[in-house]
Amino acid sequence: MKTLSIIESAYRATLEEQDDTIVWLHGAMKGAGADLAVLLRGNAVNYLVTRQDAGGLAFGDWRQTQPPSIASDLAALAAKGVDICYVAEDLAERGIERNELINGAQPVARSAIAGLIGGFGRVWYW
Amino acid sequence: MADRKTITIAIMDAPYESARSTTALRLVDLAARRGYNINVFAYEGAVLQPFGAQKPHPNAVHGRDVEEEHHFIPKDAIAALMRAAEQNGGKIDWVNCGLCVDERGAVDAIPGVRRGSPADFWQMAEASDNTLVIATR
Repeated sequence: MKTLSIIESAYRATLEEQDDTIVWLHGAMKGAGADLAVLLRGNAVNYLVTRQDAGGLAFGDWRQTQPPSIASDLAALAAKGVDICYVAEDLAERGIERNELINGAQPVARSAIAGLIGGFGRVWYW
Repeated sequence: MADRKTITIAIMDAPYESARSTTALRLVDLAARRGYNINVFAYEGAVLQPFGAQKPHPNAVHGRDVEEEHHFIPKDAIAALMRAAEQNGGKIDWVNCGLCVDERGAVDAIPGVRRGSPADFWQMAEASDNTLVIATR
């Protein structure tokens, strides 16, 4: 059954986990054969922005060498066949231009979300 | 029971952090009373819900010793839910995300909890009548 995951919670423990745990979860499920699509809403639309740099975390002589790169993780998810969508108005409200995003992410108007959901047998909200 | 329902619930919150955890256990309780088969996928801090080293404590502010306080211990609630499910003809398949367990050192879980991966969550969802995600915030 095709599943739509709506991801809203953003930047929660991403420095500790070195990724977004829900995006990661979907990569793992896709690898197990899951049929998935992702809709980013709220602050999570910022995950699509390519020019992010979370590098530089350091404590004493410890340095983080693998900081999160969530835009790349989403691009990898798209390359595996997961449709990546975002709420267009949430992007605009944050002053983010579409040319700042990874390739392939599709805008969905708020008014079209209900119709989008109707095309899936299962919807999960994260 | 040929029409026994199967549900899957994903949970993410650590114990003693959010009422979402209690809500999840209440939903599992209802399903167990109805004889459902219940799959739980514990992700992130939720792998500590069935952590075996949880201990009750006295509460000086309440003026109660450990027995009187009878503090809520999630692992005991989960064990009770597993017994209730079996008594009603169902079962609970509780899967802890293995990497989440490793990060938190939460290896010592109560009997009946198994280690798994997101693939288990997907397979459980596919085999269920319905799936509920109770995400953290």
